[in-house]
Amino acid sequence: MIIDQTIGQKMDALREHLPTEQSLLLPLLHEMQAKEGWISAEAMKEAANYLKLPFARVQEVVSFYTMYNRKPIGKKHVQVCTNVACYLRGADKLVEGLEKRLGIHCGQTTADGKYTLNEVECLAACGTAPVMQINDDYYEQLDENVINSIMDKLDRELTHG
Amino acid sequence: MADKLLTQHNDVEGSHTLDVYRSLGGYSALEKALTMTPDGVVDEVKKSNLRGRGGAGFPTGMKWSFMPKAPTFPDGRPKPKYLVCNADEGEPGTFKDRLLMTRHPHMLLEGMIIAAHAIGASRGFIYIRGEFVFEIKRVEDAIVEARKMGILGKKVLNTDWSFDLVVYRGAGAYICGEETALLNSLEGKRGEPRLKPPFPAMVGAFGMPTCVNNVETFCAVPTIISNGAAAFAAIGTERSGGTRLFCVSGEIEKPGVYELPLSINLRDLIDHCGGVLGGKKLKAVIPGGASAPMLSAAEIDVAMDFDSLAKAGTMAGSGGVIVISEDTCIVAVAARLLKFYEHESCGQCSQCREGSHWLARMFARIEAGGGTDADLDAIAGICSNMAGQTICAFADAVTGPALSSVRKFRHDFEEHVRLKRCPCKPEGHVVRHDHHASAML
Repeated sequence: MIIDQTIGQKMDALREHLPTEQSLLLPLLHEMQAKEGWISAEAMKEAANYLKLPFARVQEVVSFYTMYNRKPIGKKHVQVCTNVACYLRGADKLVEGLEKRLGIHCGQTTADGKYTLNEVECLAACGTAPVMQINDDYYEQLDENVINSIMDKLDRELTHG
Repeated sequence: MADKLLTQHNDVEGSHTLDVYRSLGGYSALEKALTMTPDGVVDEVKKSNLRGRGGAGFPTGMKWSFMPKAPTFPDGRPKPKYLVCNADEGEPGTFKDRLLMTRHPHMLLEGMIIAAHAIGASRGFIYIRGEFVFEIKRVEDAIVEARKMGILGKKVLNTDWSFDLVVYRGAGAYICGEETALLNSLEGKRGEPRLKPPFPAMVGAFGMPTCVNNVETFCAVPTIISNGAAAFAAIGTERSGGTRLFCVSGEIEKPGVYELPLSINLRDLIDHCGGVLGGKKLKAVIPGGASAPMLSAAEIDVAMDFDSLAKAGTMAGSGGVIVISEDTCIVAVAARLLKFYEHESCGQCSQCREGSHWLARMFARIEAGGGTDADLDAIAGICSNMAGQTICAFADAVTGPALSSVRKFRHDFEEHVRLKRCPCKPEGHVVRHDHHASAML
């Protein structure tokens, strides 16, 4: 069971503000993914049972939104914006650098399960382009040196816990 | 430059906290509004000429006046009315709502509570894009503070009226910035736009009459109530009152959010931001977020208000100004934008789903040197089958960059076709986002 007491309590608090059970679906999936890292078929079944929704209602939502990961991802999900404002500030080169450093292409996870790399659409931080998001955190005004120091720090964090 | 109305306290330490917001005069507009009748508040906002800051530029007061006064269910019970804040900021080139939520979350709450009083809403929802984890926390913290002080919840500021707010977190879908897609998403569904009519004012969130406004629109409400509609309307142009938060990005010396009167000229705005990056020559400007047709360097003597930009064949949109220098390949910029639209089309209407896909493939192919003259002509044909043919305005938005880039920079496209490569890059260069071009055609 992914939906534990903590998640249940969060849903109860939201129920006071949201008029239908179905409207709890997006917040519930966010909580489940925060715990598991991704949304499996089992997780979708559990969410459907919990909200008394048909499985297809859950599946069609999970597949619609890009933030729900439909396969397991690395401990750190590196998402680099390459949309136009970031593109104009050299985002493509940064992606290439990260691909080289991690030895993977966009959409892939490193063999040790530490990193998943993805291109992402506009993160709404164009004034500080280029930007990327790693898990919940934004990193802005990037260049190769800044990225390398961020990644060195994450490497140390993942090695030493 | 005229005074700032929304961002004058950007640099005040702790501006996001209730104490500091109150010490700067915050929530006095709400106190004043609660002494006014709901209709009085709507009239004041109408007189201010405030127009929606999310993209469409619709007059805010008029939108509020569309809300039914005392709607009922068929059995006679009163229907609740809802207020929704669109904080699904995602139009490429736009990043003002993020600033407002980070620095001034209470200004947003105050504007929303005043709006709720004006339209008679009992509940409000703030739909924030899912990636904004920090901003979501900021707004949620502000809601907790406001509830504690009796500003939100039962008996707002000791009146008989109750109103409460909740943050709803999106999950990554550009289309959810479209208000009816947002409402579906808020209901826990796929973010697919709805057919209109019925309009949200009649059948909105959870089937109830609903009013949806953008973050910046709500944030403009307290100053209108405090200082009067006339003061707000006096800034800007005859038909668009107030200042606007222009988001300037791309190849510009000093990118950022600039609050300026709506009447400012685009050339002056670029100068105000230090000019083109590295002193380069200007090639093009996207003046109102990615969906706004591009302007060439010769077309930038235009005021940034809604009507002037519409007259210039583009739009004020979300206030995102993206600056492009002459060293940048315009074909590559257009190809990148089309790739974005292909990714974000919700797929509901075939014209948009197929059209955005074909356009993305064609632009990528042209950028990579595999385009033909027939492609350049076909683009206009595809666009004419998209614009105005679908449930929402997304398909129209796709045609903005597609048509304007080919029309205004046709020579650049023709050079790609003639040379069978990108003339802006060294020979032998492999174009990066050519996954469509190489995989399919």
